[in-house]
Amino acid sequence: MPSTTQGKELIVDRRNHFLPLSPSDIGSAGKTGSWRTERPVLSPDKCTSCYLCWLYCPDDVITMQPREPGGKEVPVIDYEYCKGCGVCANVCPVKALSMVSEEELLGA
Amino acid sequence: MALNIKTLPKKKYVMPGHAACPGCPETMGFRHLGMALGDKVVTVIPAGCSAVIQGLWPKQGWGLPALNIVFAAGAATASGLARALERRGVEAHVVVWAGDGGTADIGLQSLSGAAERGENIIYICVDNEAYMNTGIQRSSLTPHGAWTTTTHRGNPGTKKPMPQIVAAHRVPYIATTSVGYPWDFIAKLRKAAEIRGFKYIHLHAPCPVGWRFDSGLTEKVAKLAVETGAWILYEYENGRLKLNPPSNRLLDPSKRKPLEEYIKLQGRFRDISPRTLEMLKKDIDRNWEEIRATLRAQGDL
Amino acid sequence: MAKSIPKPQWSVSGELIPMRGNDAVAYAVKLARVEFVAAYPITPQTIIVEKIDEMISRGELEAEMMHVESEHSALAATYGAAIGGVRSFTATSSHGLAYMYEVLWWVAGSRVPVVMAIVARAIGPPWNIHVEHSDIMATRETGWLVSVAENNQEALDLTILMFRVTEDPRVYLPGIIGLDGFILSHTVEPVDVPPQKVVDEFLPPRRQPYVFEPGKLVAMGNLMPDEIFEEHRIDMHYSLMKAVRAIEEAGREYSKLTGRDYSRLTECYRCSDADYLIAGTGSWMGDAKIAVDLLREKGLKFGALRLRWIRPFPWHEVRELGLNKKLVVVLDRSISFGYAGQLFIELSSALEAKPSIVGVPAGIGGLDISYNDIAYIAEEATRLLEEKGRIYTPVLWYHLGGFKPLPPSKHVETTRRAQFLSIDIESIGEDGE
Repeated sequence: MPSTTQGKELIVDRRNHFLPLSPSDIGSAGKTGSWRTERPVLSPDKCTSCYLCWLYCPDDVITMQPREPGGKEVPVIDYEYCKGCGVCANVCPVKALSMVSEEELLGA
Repeated sequence: MALNIKTLPKKKYVMPGHAACPGCPETMGFRHLGMALGDKVVTVIPAGCSAVIQGLWPKQGWGLPALNIVFAAGAATASGLARALERRGVEAHVVVWAGDGGTADIGLQSLSGAAERGENIIYICVDNEAYMNTGIQRSSLTPHGAWTTTTHRGNPGTKKPMPQIVAAHRVPYIATTSVGYPWDFIAKLRKAAEIRGFKYIHLHAPCPVGWRFDSGLTEKVAKLAVETGAWILYEYENGRLKLNPPSNRLLDPSKRKPLEEYIKLQGRFRDISPRTLEMLKKDIDRNWEEIRATLRAQGDL
Repeated sequence: MAKSIPKPQWSVSGELIPMRGNDAVAYAVKLARVEFVAAYPITPQTIIVEKIDEMISRGELEAEMMHVESEHSALAATYGAAIGGVRSFTATSSHGLAYMYEVLWWVAGSRVPVVMAIVARAIGPPWNIHVEHSDIMATRETGWLVSVAENNQEALDLTILMFRVTEDPRVYLPGIIGLDGFILSHTVEPVDVPPQKVVDEFLPPRRQPYVFEPGKLVAMGNLMPDEIFEEHRIDMHYSLMKAVRAIEEAGREYSKLTGRDYSRLTECYRCSDADYLIAGTGSWMGDAKIAVDLLREKGLKFGALRLRWIRPFPWHEVRELGLNKKLVVVLDRSISFGYAGQLFIELSSALEAKPSIVGVPAGIGGLDISYNDIAYIAEEATRLLEEKGRIYTPVLWYHLGGFKPLPPSKHVETTRRAQFLSIDIESIGEDGE
């Protein structure tokens, strides 16, 4: 809530003006998953749930989730926005993530 | 008080689908800023990569309030905003998130003014060592010998010692950090937030596009910068210098990895001559010598 | 002695205080309950900032004064405070304005109300601290409201009005009060300072379209597709035009409270029945009113049209008062090099060049122009009109008592030569070569 100024309540009222404001939202540059030429693929058995991939992902497309209820947490990647930068694969201490080319995945 | 990675906030402080290049260190750092200080942060962002990473209206790619401002005015705008919010009793961390251009070059004057006045803000310089947003032109924070689009034969200049320039303003807290050491960065942010006055944090941010390395290696290059001694992690608390791990173990040059391990990963140093490389090593050694001299004068060596 | 001076009807406080224009602005800032001021000193603005600091240190004004290191930072810090929800003010002149110019655009485009005083001064080189309107004229493009005071009373009143109009939800744009350097800023005139409760009644609590604070997950000013950017600009222009209504309404209310009429964007002195007009802005329009009286005595039916507001441009008022005139003599205390004085250009366009119009740049660099000069200029213009039947002369520069017709004007006969100019003005040819 806006607090007081000059001893009186500050009034915040945009009316119908066009303000140069943009709310935070996913996809401000579109579906950036289309940028990548390779994608990180997880070998879940190797994963030790260290969270390092989550910590370093520049696009915050990794969520740590248990594979099954009560199971160990592994990275789940949002491929709609993953740019395929490879940081996660490089930081993973046990090489649980590897970069696979999109072409290969498409079976080209 | 150890930081447990799993207790760090999971909230998105960077919105997937933003406009940054793959592997961008600024976005890594911004996430860590959010994890460190949370929802009370308001960022003031002068022109630079971080202005454009926000993407296009009607969306923005940062998960924190972002006040874009003209290039030279980061610190001045943040000063006014911080004072206004405090007057209104609104609790906030006003953070300037500026690049090396907006800090050491065009932004230096307003930074100096804010530091001298002791404004209660956290000033973060996200240093990717060139004017990256306009296409990799050299800045005063570009290291000696680096290729940029305005120093095709290698930068004749040397890296301006920004933390020491700010230290000369006698502010309560200065720290150097790196995107390769998020714990260190987060801890220093939290420490800074507890202090009243002007706090300066210099974040080393290796840029895959501008430095010419594979986008997956950002964290590795950042770590190598520190491990080879090219980037030094330290703090000035009320004028007293302290080296932080792992730099505190690297005062002895023989303990550092050879600089070549850091250089060889970066295309911007591909054509560096042996002589220029020697000059670069001398610059780096000089930084360490000055640190050594300060520690000695403090009675810590 | 003070007791024998009758109380003027236009004093709402009951007493007139002798003060300089800069003091008047400072008093207005205090009455408006401004909470944040960041400014960098520059002659002739300096006294505004000093006076405000004095008021703060005496506890008369509860505000923060930020000692910034440049004008660019002054406006940036003022803007930061304003966007943070606090009524903010700054002031500058000349080179200081030029230095902060890019920030003017940023403030207006953000739609955050901020008020600034510009104490008009020439821009060098050579160094010159005297009055010229070049700095004020440079702000016309930016989206700021621009007003110019005729005297110290107006300097105070317009500052108070500006807070009201800029924070009007129809407007939400920043605003400038211009006052002539030294002639007003440093000259003592009697000023009525309205009581605080009158101003409190007139100025509502601060209102702005949005506030920047934690939890408001937005970016201000990130990239926009071009077509949307243009819509943003259209809204800015439209809002600046809607300010006409806001100014008129605020002016009428202010009139009721103080007895001083601000309900129109222009002031028309004896111009409704006039054949000819002297048009312009600033303190010399006070002298122009005296010149009008002198000219009328000589049988020349002149009136004075003073633009109190430059932006929004008083299109309708100018046309209403000027279209049916035979001649408009436009005084400009600045020149847009390579064409003509700015007010000549703007008034000619509004008047569709229907009346005869003469543009007279004068007093530039602070050269003193008295009511005699203005009367002489006006008289000479009528003489030229009689001779030619119709004149449309962009630049008839009045310098040291003589006229310099300059390109793009065609050559006209002049009466006296320049004293120091080395150009042989008399030999300027038909097409101004």
